Amino acid sequence: MNRVANYFKSLLLLELFAGLWLTFKYLWRPKYTVRYPMEHIPKSNRFRGLLALRRYPNGEERCIACKLCEAVCPALAITIDSAPRADDGTRRTTRYDIDLFKCIFCGFCEESCPVDSIVLSGVLEYHMEKRGENVVNKQQLLAIGDRFETQIAADRAQDSPFR
Amino acid sequence: MNWIFDAYQWCATSFPTLTMAVSLLLFPLLPLIIGVAMYVYWERKVIGWMHVRLGPSKVGPLGLFQTFADVIKLLLKEVIYPTEANRKLFVLAPLWALIPSFAAWAVVPFASHKAWSDANAGLLFLLAMTSMGVYGIIIAGWASNSRYAMLGAMRSAAQIISYEIAMGFSLVSVLILSGSLNLSDIVNAQAGSKGALDWFWLPLLPMFIIYFVSGVAETNRAPFDMAEGESEIVAGFHVEYSGAPFAVFFLTEYANMILISFLAPILFLGGWWSPFPQSWGWIGEPGWWWLCAKAFFFATAFIWFRATFPRYRYDQIMRLGWKVFIPITIVWVFVAGCMKYFGWVTTGA
Repeated sequence: MNRVANYFKSLLLLELFAGLWLTFKYLWRPKYTVRYPMEHIPKSNRFRGLLALRRYPNGEERCIACKLCEAVCPALAITIDSAPRADDGTRRTTRYDIDLFKCIFCGFCEESCPVDSIVLSGVLEYHMEKRGENVVNKQQLLAIGDRFETQIAADRAQDSPFR
Repeated sequence: MNWIFDAYQWCATSFPTLTMAVSLLLFPLLPLIIGVAMYVYWERKVIGWMHVRLGPSKVGPLGLFQTFADVIKLLLKEVIYPTEANRKLFVLAPLWALIPSFAAWAVVPFASHKAWSDANAGLLFLLAMTSMGVYGIIIAGWASNSRYAMLGAMRSAAQIISYEIAMGFSLVSVLILSGSLNLSDIVNAQAGSKGALDWFWLPLLPMFIIYFVSGVAETNRAPFDMAEGESEIVAGFHVEYSGAPFAVFFLTEYANMILISFLAPILFLGGWWSPFPQSWGWIGEPGWWWLCAKAFFFATAFIWFRATFPRYRYDQIMRLGWKVFIPITIVWVFVAGCMKYFGWVTTGA
């Protein structure tokens, strides 16, 4: 008896119409698609993007060449040489290179930095055009820091209550 | 629409050959090709919406030129001939599929007796033409000299032939009620004072559904797209085709879908008659726009099915065709005969 009932049920195509109704409802849903270059999804202030070196407000670079970041870097992406600076004899880096291909954006360098010098900014849209451009030197890192300082500072300020 | 036909009549008497050539190009081919392009765009759009995404939106306003970009890309691509392929048949096959699907449009009426050929045996011609397309598929599968293509062609051919029987029986029930093989007469037999209630879909409801499902199966569309299958036989019979010949197969498939979408309203949903009673004024007026609106609904239904239903297994397709559809259609042909004989259905205005 049940088989007969099921047979007639299948002839009425009830399940198929239920399926059609479901897809019809989905047709009118707001779409999930983000038109990426024109639209962006919200980004966390803790987003770990392109690396940058920061300065103090008076323009002095923060880095004191303690080499903690170089020591903590699990991917060995950071290379630092240091020497006393010629004019005032303070301990500074003469070379600060980061290989962005080695970098895994773990953020340990930022955590280890005693002076908040090396930071991971929120920048994720960048590219390299030539071989070798993946290694960014001190001048480039400082330039990135200068360019995005307001955003970097705002992100840090937002996160400060949790640190 | 009428003035177009009058103008055509005048040209045909003045310059017969030129008019023939130009109008053959203009009427069935150009609108059909543009219609196919728009249909492909609409398919990608609707399936996108049903997947809760946007679909093509970059090329041209709202992505409208997407298909044209795709077509230009296909036509500019190199045509690769497999070394072991039968070159002549390999080239012939897409044409053999395309020409019948275009030729079938000759008898499709857009208003009463306004068709390219107002043939008395229009329905028979349609059946013949839609069956001819199978040869293109079989030849394509054989000429490619590839296992996948051969298997795909066999599957496709077996499926088309099986469903053609059920489709043929459902058409038989239509012609029992209308008493004519002429498509215009069939549509006119569905006229009446009650609008949509006078159409054949009501007395022939099971046949109407079987006709459309068979139409989906016959055009090898999801959920009956056995001829293709990425995980088993790749692209089926056109697996070895690239560039322009592939575009021709693609065009054929979509032209056939549009043809089935036009035939469903002509045979079952009163063609150009309005779904509202004619006494309701302008909204009850018959016209080609009603036919196009109905065809648009069925064309969208093809896409809707594809977005909704999972694929059938091959043996399930055969079971559905032979053990469900054909028995039901045979019974309903008898029922339709009774309807006609005892006068349960009124036909004609």
